[in-house]
Amino acid sequence: MTILVIAEHENGAVAPATLNTVAAAAKIGGDIHVLVAGQNVGGVAEAAAKIAGVAKVLVADNAAYAHQLPENVAPLVAELGKGYSHVLAPATSNGKNILPRVAALLDVDQISEIIAVESADTFKRPIYAGNAIATVQSNAAVKVITVRATGFDAVAAEGGLAAVETVAAAHNAGTSAFVGEELAKSDRPELTAAKIVVSGGRGMQNGDNFKHLYALADKLGAAVGASRAAVDAGFVPNDMQVGQTGKIVAPQLYIAVGISGAIQHLAGMKDSKVIVAINKDEEAPIFQVADYGLVADLFEAVPELEKLV
Amino acid sequence: MKVLVAVKRVVDFNVKVRVKADHSGVDLANVKMAMNPFCEIAVEEAVRLKEQGIASEVVVVSVGPATAQEQLRTALALGADRAVLVETADELSALAVAKLLKAVAEREQPQLLILGKQAIDSDNNQTGQMLAALGGYAQGTFASKVGVEGGQLLVTREIDGGLQTVALNLPAVVTTDLRLNEPRYASLPNIMKAKKKPLESTTAEALGVSTASSITVLKVEAPASRSAGIKVKSVAELVEKLKNEAKVI
Repeated sequence: MTILVIAEHENGAVAPATLNTVAAAAKIGGDIHVLVAGQNVGGVAEAAAKIAGVAKVLVADNAAYAHQLPENVAPLVAELGKGYSHVLAPATSNGKNILPRVAALLDVDQISEIIAVESADTFKRPIYAGNAIATVQSNAAVKVITVRATGFDAVAAEGGLAAVETVAAAHNAGTSAFVGEELAKSDRPELTAAKIVVSGGRGMQNGDNFKHLYALADKLGAAVGASRAAVDAGFVPNDMQVGQTGKIVAPQLYIAVGISGAIQHLAGMKDSKVIVAINKDEEAPIFQVADYGLVADLFEAVPELEKLV
Repeated sequence: MKVLVAVKRVVDFNVKVRVKADHSGVDLANVKMAMNPFCEIAVEEAVRLKEQGIASEVVVVSVGPATAQEQLRTALALGADRAVLVETADELSALAVAKLLKAVAEREQPQLLILGKQAIDSDNNQTGQMLAALGGYAQGTFASKVGVEGGQLLVTREIDGGLQTVALNLPAVVTTDLRLNEPRYASLPNIMKAKKKPLESTTAEALGVSTASSITVLKVEAPASRSAGIKVKSVAELVEKLKNEAKVI
């Protein structure tokens, strides 16, 4: 068995979710190859070769693969994937964009967002916004799978010594083009990788009040997240949204401030180790999953918390 | 241009589902069903394109049980022109649904195909991408803005770090994200009118598509429940517990 892992990378660095995906591949067992597709990705390939447990790194460096356009990258992965037992990608927006296209080109079903590996062909994945866990078995010739990063502990980024091999294949469908992007700037840790996450909801009342959460987050070295209500109200940008339709996080500590705890929000954070809820409504559903609940006005409690930690 | 919209009948998003005692699945007997929220956004976007004069006809299609007619009628009441139901008794894999949608698309020849980004029951997030692959279409997934410019489709997509804009040749597949639009409600007169709009029923056999799947669901379990927490009385007590009991700060 040989497993192909599609590397997630940005700005010339390997994204952390790649390390969790390699960890899932290691649980399946067999040789692990990593594909780095993009433009000017020599540095990424070198970094990928150092990941613990990786046997080989394939590099497809071509202008057509810049910005990971699925129309061009999917045929490449499908062509390479024919020779593998499993093709894995992290369940990031890139992974979710490309991998189903790969699966359809290979004419196989795909398994989305696995959280556990039972055996080489059997996996666990959440359905119904995490309210049920399905165990699914695949008899596809090539098993195409996306991996929920929070379900697997990352492998070491250093210590491996994989061979780097160039892939010549250039697929350019010519049906799509990158126009531009607008990335939210943040000095805080990345939401999905942070050890502590502080999130605000509708109870924050406006975007300006998020400064209280930023101050607390900076003291704790935490990332700041938000519920859909806070995003839809325009308090914060949508890439901060935690939930079924946003990001899935599982930090050591999740502090939910002014968040009621709708099913869709819980789907994104209920695997956190410790959950703290600060809400003035003592009937809020968030208290049913919180390890520590504080019924209080957040505008008093959050500044006080910031002073005490 | 002609727009094809795919909609799915799913359990209502407000329902807290229960796993069956025999672990064969989720109990859907007597549970309220509705159109998948992302599909509502897809229908709304198609109707808006029609109102702007960009779309000439909106055809809505669903793959599912006979009862999915209700969701197709809802889409017709929201402004779709006609509906196609591909009737199936079984829950199909995303690949099988994509193949059926491709067969319908080959017949209808739409310029734009709009789907939701994921269904809130299976949480797969696959069908749109698979349909794009099978049809050789460009794809604009997780769209928060769609526009037509010089014969190309401009799609702004929600990605992990922010937003990305791509230009796609037509025909193309777009999958909707939550912020694309706010779906309208169907008015009573429109619900009545929708009853007279054409709704055609077909099957996988009639479309000549095999719906076999390589995936078997072995069991469905409830997630591990969290042990009950405690309520603290003050911020000082909270900090003390986090430091000494949970040891997370």
